[in-house]
Amino acid sequence: MPELNAQKKKLSMAKSDRDYHERWRLLKDSIARYGVILGGLSVIVAVVLIFFYLLYVVFPLFLSASAQSISQYNVPEAAQGKTVLLDMEEQNKVAVRFTDMGQIIFFDVASGKTLLSQKVALPEGVQITSFSQASPTSENTVVYGLSNGQAVIVKHQYKVTYVDNVRVITPSLYYPSGEQALVLDDTGAALEKIAVTAGDNATTIVAKTADTPQSLGKIRLTHFEKETSLFAEESKLTRSDAVLDMPAAGVEAILIDRNKTSLFLVGSDGRLSIFDIADKTNPVLKQHQNVVETGQKITRVAFLNGDLSLMIGESNGLVSQWSMVRDKLNRSTLQKIRSFKVSDKAVVAIQTEQRRKGFVTIDDEGIMGIYSSTAERELVKKSVGESSPVAAALSPRANALLVQLENGKINVWDVKNEHPEVSLRSLWQEVWYESYPKPDYIWQSSSASSDFEPKYSLTPLVFGTLKAAFYSMLVAMPLALMGAIYTAYFMAPRMRQYVKPTIELMGALPTVILGFLAGLWLAPFVEEHLAGLFLLILTVPFCVMLFAYFWQYLPKTLQEKIPDGWDAAFLIPVILTSGWLAFAMAPDLEMLLFHGSLREWFKTELGIGYDQRNALIVGIAMGFAVIPTIFSIAEDAIFSVPKHLTVGSLALGATTWQTVTKVVLLTASPGIFSAVMIGLGRAVGETMIVLMATGNTPVMDMSIFQGLRTLAANIAVEMPESEVDSTHYRVLFLAALVLFTFTFVFNTLAEVIRQRLREKYSSL
Amino acid sequence: MMKLWFKSGKPWIWLNAAAVSTCLIMVVGLLGLITVRGIGHFWPAQVGQYSYQADNGQQEIIFGEKVDATVTSLAAAKSAGYKMAENEDALIQYQLKTGNRDITGADFRWIQARRIKEQSYPLDMMVVERREWGNFYGQLFEVKEDHKVIASGDQAWPALQEKIAEALTVFKTINQLEKKEIGTVNYGLERLRLKQKSLELENRWDNVAKKQLAADKASYDAKYTQYQAKLAELYQQIRRYSLAAKTESGATVNIPLAKVVRAYQPNAMGFFDKINHYRIKLGEFLTDEPREANTEGGIFPAIFGTVLMVLIMSVIVTPFGVIAAVYLREYARQGFTTRLIRIAVNNLAGVPSVVYGVFGLGFFVYILGGHIDALFFPEAAPAPVFGTPGLMWASITLALLTLPVVIVSTEEGLARIPKSIREGSLALGATKFETLWLTVLPMASPAIMTGLILAVARAAGEVAPLMLVGVVKLAPTLPLDGNFPFLHLDRKFMHLGFHIYDVGFQSPNVEAARPLVYATALLLVLVIVGLNLAAIVIRNNLREKYRALEG
Repeated sequence: MPELNAQKKKLSMAKSDRDYHERWRLLKDSIARYGVILGGLSVIVAVVLIFFYLLYVVFPLFLSASAQSISQYNVPEAAQGKTVLLDMEEQNKVAVRFTDMGQIIFFDVASGKTLLSQKVALPEGVQITSFSQASPTSENTVVYGLSNGQAVIVKHQYKVTYVDNVRVITPSLYYPSGEQALVLDDTGAALEKIAVTAGDNATTIVAKTADTPQSLGKIRLTHFEKETSLFAEESKLTRSDAVLDMPAAGVEAILIDRNKTSLFLVGSDGRLSIFDIADKTNPVLKQHQNVVETGQKITRVAFLNGDLSLMIGESNGLVSQWSMVRDKLNRSTLQKIRSFKVSDKAVVAIQTEQRRKGFVTIDDEGIMGIYSSTAERELVKKSVGESSPVAAALSPRANALLVQLENGKINVWDVKNEHPEVSLRSLWQEVWYESYPKPDYIWQSSSASSDFEPKYSLTPLVFGTLKAAFYSMLVAMPLALMGAIYTAYFMAPRMRQYVKPTIELMGALPTVILGFLAGLWLAPFVEEHLAGLFLLILTVPFCVMLFAYFWQYLPKTLQEKIPDGWDAAFLIPVILTSGWLAFAMAPDLEMLLFHGSLREWFKTELGIGYDQRNALIVGIAMGFAVIPTIFSIAEDAIFSVPKHLTVGSLALGATTWQTVTKVVLLTASPGIFSAVMIGLGRAVGETMIVLMATGNTPVMDMSIFQGLRTLAANIAVEMPESEVDSTHYRVLFLAALVLFTFTFVFNTLAEVIRQRLREKYSSL
Repeated sequence: MMKLWFKSGKPWIWLNAAAVSTCLIMVVGLLGLITVRGIGHFWPAQVGQYSYQADNGQQEIIFGEKVDATVTSLAAAKSAGYKMAENEDALIQYQLKTGNRDITGADFRWIQARRIKEQSYPLDMMVVERREWGNFYGQLFEVKEDHKVIASGDQAWPALQEKIAEALTVFKTINQLEKKEIGTVNYGLERLRLKQKSLELENRWDNVAKKQLAADKASYDAKYTQYQAKLAELYQQIRRYSLAAKTESGATVNIPLAKVVRAYQPNAMGFFDKINHYRIKLGEFLTDEPREANTEGGIFPAIFGTVLMVLIMSVIVTPFGVIAAVYLREYARQGFTTRLIRIAVNNLAGVPSVVYGVFGLGFFVYILGGHIDALFFPEAAPAPVFGTPGLMWASITLALLTLPVVIVSTEEGLARIPKSIREGSLALGATKFETLWLTVLPMASPAIMTGLILAVARAAGEVAPLMLVGVVKLAPTLPLDGNFPFLHLDRKFMHLGFHIYDVGFQSPNVEAARPLVYATALLLVLVIVGLNLAAIVIRNNLREKYRALEG
């Protein structure tokens, strides 16, 4: 009995063992099941992730900006006079207030606590009669015009030090031309208006003097040039003076650009006078222009960053951008590029950004607006006070705004405005950029200078992409589709067995090799043998036809010896010969018809220029890359047309060609369509070939002999150099997103059609 | 008759045939072009001595290899401004590689055939391959040691070969010392610095640690001084020898042997000498490092980088691809989801490769890499470790790119396995997973292999995404070396495809680099065509096998 029990126990143990084992097997099975399902679905996740990640990077481009008031305090040292200028340093920590009494008060931006208050060094017994900020504003220089015809230039500067890893900013004043006031007017007439452009080695001051009993007021231009010799420590200061031949009366404001070549005088009648002051001793009036609508007045004028355009604010709330534009005769004149309807009330303040082409306006009722000139975008509109503000300052990084209100308070605004220069309009439509003669589509993302206006028009890139795709499809489609028809329907199976993999091998060739050959071998070759290439398109079909025509007159015995479906093999020598013929004949033909060179003839007779790396080269090289894609899919579609359809057609007496066109191609047409779609998708996204076979010039020219730049090549060229999260970086991501969407549409369409076709075939 | 012929449709069939023939000619022509240009680069060409009369009537002697020739028709030559005589019907020009860039400023020169008064191939014409300034062409007359002549005349040539061999041995030792030994020391010092920083960050930078680190540092420093002394000695040794040769203008040029890779006299070489030379040059090309901004020397780092990247990519892409294919074929019910997945797969295959690069750079490098750095390598900040393009991200990006290739191929293989095999396994009581693991997948393994090979071929030739996620024109160190942890996934690497683009288009001396680019292109094409042929063969075998199973 115990033995039996033991055996039972053993059995049950074995059973539980097996149970355990069974359960483990089932567990493994279900783990595998879920793992595999997860793996399968992860493919969808990957595609969705790519799409949404691209979108996630692009999205901030189209967010509008925001501004919010973060603190408010009383104007520091209010007793020291009325504010004539507010300014801020780079880190938004220290601000400065200049008063009409010549007091300069540095204060903490966050709390309004005075850090340093100094009076500017003035000669005894004179008053300040005018004040202005120097151009460019990033120089932190201001000038005081005095009642005795003298002027003082002051620079406010900030030293950053680290004490125990804490940043300390120490403000100070500096007199670039010395503390001694500069004498501008010998007669001692007061300076009513003043403007200065300060540089390291040269300073230009223009001032309007008041009427005196002896004489009427004048506009005086004084220029100082510091010449430092290479070896000596001391420098020599040379001075030149000039008086503008124009009545000073009615001049409301004076502006000098940072290059010290143009002088703008704003008249109280709404007119602007522009002087060329390249020669400082001889200023020349260039233009005298009315810049406002009739009945309106100029309320504010400011340079846009770079000093290439003026932003002019009017009493009816219009702000317009005026820029020097070259006309057909190569004369540059001031023209209105665009205007913004900022408000219905007069514009009282225009603050331009120091690093971008943006500006902030405040109107008479205290409504503040942030704008981008290139993108023509209104980014923010907000009320900063009940009434017209006293002064406003935009920080150098344009991320903070100080506004002094009439009630004696200063408001600090935090501004978030990352990507103002992009809008749907600036991406896709013509934009009138500064110094361009007319609105245009331009892609020019970077430049050496900091005051550069980035030009992010995707239109020329999309145009280039489509142009390259068009020419390559022009090459690839006939060859691939005709080849597919022949291979699938006529070719001997044995030959097909070799031909199909060979052509598919073409698709496996790295595009970098195709691009390299296209750029370094094909481009110079075509440049030399352009006529031969065009002749080739004529001679090859002609010779093939000729060969085919005489083929049928060959003795029957000979014809029968050649197996069916090997015609293509016989054509190879024919094509080679006709190709050679084309290139051999070309020079003589060129001599005869085109004065020796077709390329020259195009240029002189038709005015079509020739780039060595052009759309033709891209078309051939990329056509080469696309042929296998189209060929392979189209061949599959034609080959899998059910046999009974063709046999039926032939039995009813149709010729083979009739069967092909009326039955086979018709049935396979969705497959062929999807082949073309996929080929197009490939042509649109191809990078290396375009990168190497074109000059990568983003021009919009349909000519086959001109270069182009595609979206993909643009990404490859510029992506490694773009700063992360900058506007440029995000615009490149947008280009990638556009490419992704392009190909997504083509591929999805093609795949859906193919799936339908497969179902149709299986039902037939 | 003609009309009837057209009506029969025959001519159109012929035209279609012509399209196939054209495609074939294009493929074969392209492969032929690359082969011809790539294969000839290492063959020592004859160096001619040309007595040439320039346009202004001045006589001069030119040494050089003919590399190219053009024939311009009479009219074209006239319009280009050449003065042509009555009896001439074309202008023949030769491009000569004249070398001596340090003296003349250019490597190449075009000459007109009609102005060559005399041309010969003197046996003593010498080509010197240098580490700087490209080739030197001239006639040897002396070999010097410490500025004293040790051999001249007939003895000079054998003496030169002997001394070059000696200098090369020293050079190799120097290279080994600088790259490997001192490289290891530097690597160790850098790791010590990071260790110190990480200890500081963790507040464990106490006296014990300080002592330990100082001791380690001292040992490295000692090693370094020792190597430095050795190096100084070796440099002195290698600088002793130089050769003196006459250039085409008759000037004497001294070339220190420290800068010489090899010298040969092509005109005096026999056929077998040339074959031997070719073999050596080919070996150098495949196993040596590039010189002179990649325009000379070998491409070993590029081959190595490509292979390593492709291997890592394979490890990642295979499981994912196979699992996705298994899901599509074995687990999923055919319907909406599978349709969706197929669309996704096709889209993955169709998305332009540069978009993968953008995605890889933004998502993998900056987001994933940035987080990895913040979590695991705080001591390296602000220098990024994984937050910058590198080998790992390049491999992952390409794995994503080649995923559809593996999926499609595996799925095709799975589809070909007869249903009866699965049913047999299930009938014997195996679970679905066991059936899959023990019968289906082993049978499909050639198909998986095919997919993998195709993926590798694709990845080896892809350039656009790699430009964004980790490939550089010149990587100072290989991503695999003797320093722990041996495989440096964060390093940047070189790649054959990018090498072609870079040397062919970004190089300062494109003309001189071109033959090398053709050779590199040939190598890449051979690898890719070979891989593809292998895939085709495996696939065909597989088809045969299953046909037999079904029958």
